[in-house]
Amino acid sequence: MLVDELRGIYYILLKDLKAYYFKPPNISWGILFPLVLALAFSLRNPTGLVELAPGLIAMAAVFGTTSMEAIVITFERRTGALERLLLAPISIKSILMSKILGGTVFGFMISGIMTMISILVFNMKIQSPLWFSLIIVLTLLTLSSLGALVAVSVKEVFEAQTLSNYFRFPMIFLCGVFIPVASMPQPLQVIAYLLPLTYSVDALRSTILGTSNTINTLTNAIALSLFFLAFSSISNLQLKRSLR
Amino acid sequence: MNDAIVLQGLTKYYGSLLAVDHASLNIEEGEVFGFLGPNGAGKTTTIRMLVGLTTPSEGTASVAGYDIKKNLVEVKRRVGVVPETSNLYDELSVWDNLLFSSCLYHVPRNERADRIRGLLETFNLKERQSTKFGKLSKGLKRRVVIAAALVHRPRIVFMDEPTSGLDVVSALSLRRLVRELRREDTTVFLTTHYIEEADQLSDRVAIIVEGKIVVVDTPENIKQSFRGVPILEACLSQVPDESMMHEMEPVGIVEFKGNRVRFEAENLTEALESLIRLASQRGIQVTDVNTLQPSLEEAFVGLTGVSPESMKIEKERRR
Repeated sequence: MLVDELRGIYYILLKDLKAYYFKPPNISWGILFPLVLALAFSLRNPTGLVELAPGLIAMAAVFGTTSMEAIVITFERRTGALERLLLAPISIKSILMSKILGGTVFGFMISGIMTMISILVFNMKIQSPLWFSLIIVLTLLTLSSLGALVAVSVKEVFEAQTLSNYFRFPMIFLCGVFIPVASMPQPLQVIAYLLPLTYSVDALRSTILGTSNTINTLTNAIALSLFFLAFSSISNLQLKRSLR
Repeated sequence: MNDAIVLQGLTKYYGSLLAVDHASLNIEEGEVFGFLGPNGAGKTTTIRMLVGLTTPSEGTASVAGYDIKKNLVEVKRRVGVVPETSNLYDELSVWDNLLFSSCLYHVPRNERADRIRGLLETFNLKERQSTKFGKLSKGLKRRVVIAAALVHRPRIVFMDEPTSGLDVVSALSLRRLVRELRREDTTVFLTTHYIEEADQLSDRVAIIVEGKIVVVDTPENIKQSFRGVPILEACLSQVPDESMMHEMEPVGIVEFKGNRVRFEAENLTEALESLIRLASQRGIQVTDVNTLQPSLEEAFVGLTGVSPESMKIEKERRR
């Protein structure tokens, strides 16, 4: 039943937030990371901060969603705690969704702090707040499902961290966080458009600065939704395959 | 009586390795069923298939009347599982772990606290309810894991080596609990390497060897089928001389230990008459006579060729 599945997702999410995400060291990291990021870039380029803000928010989202989530899933697989969830009357799809939401909530906290700093300190103004909110949620869900895919594909916690970095760092350099995608060489542009963060950064920038039309933002939102569906479906298959 | 668990040709391959070979069984509602076998025989794989942790390669099974392939969520609602490893959440307290299990298994909100309190009482965990699971000893962790499996009052409980790692008192209280579950008509599917435990608790046992179920019967019947030449042990009022032993040899194999005489004989009546006659000729009285039953452990060794002791050592080594 759908209600039972939704309840199951909610309880697993609450358990994960309590047992892993909202532990004092993670909270302090979650606050420090965007602060340090903002401070480092404001010292480097005090005048162009509003221009950089969409990239910084996207970067906070990348690290916020994937860092803890990959650890949580691989850790639970290793200790057998994930098996306990698989024994419960809830589908694998819902278990995975609860894990993705865990990463999403933590990513929301970190990118939310980065957004607040950008508004309060850099005087950033969001031109289309509704579109901005939608893009942030889609970005977090997509990146979190990427984190889940990485985590269900490996066995050890360190492997999850290493594999995550194969996606995180190229995304930060190729997806328009620091350098506009259009100014990169053609082959790198092709790679950039295969990565979800490109669509996030483009949409965040246009919704914050008001530089783009609705069609463009909608296209980015659809692209992010497709990435989310693809990552979560493959993760689901991967987790199911491990039960064979 | 309805069947709680039915296996029909259930088979599992891991690559080319045949872990469970066409297992077929019927377990009745309210039955305590012992599933025995050497390490690696396929006990845990069978449980994992029945509770949906791994998919069967061939065959079918139903648990609580639901097909494990078609209605797995319905199966999961009705079963409780005590896995071999204590896999609750280290960062959560004992109370929070039990609360999480009760939420996940849809225990009504207004019943959760009472049920948890009841289980804490049963497993003598009340003092530890606020302690984080990760800080508990191995035995206490085991108790919490068992409590978590029972929080939704399942109709069928799978217990994979439940007393492994438990101290004597906890193991005794668990055995008491299994008997209580049986009284409440809960079906218990139990794997253990403590053969004596299976003998005491189980209505029936199955012995699985290299993935194949070799026998399914009551412990008594299995023991009877392993009864070879009857063994009789007698206690005498005095230690007899050696000549008595030689005179008794024609009736069977005789062993003297102090004032005890143990003999294996095809014809127990003849042997007993001979013993009484020879003893009274020497002014010795026969004070006690017992026939010795083969144990389930002996039957297990006979069927599997593995001693339970070596199984325990291997199990501990793997932990």
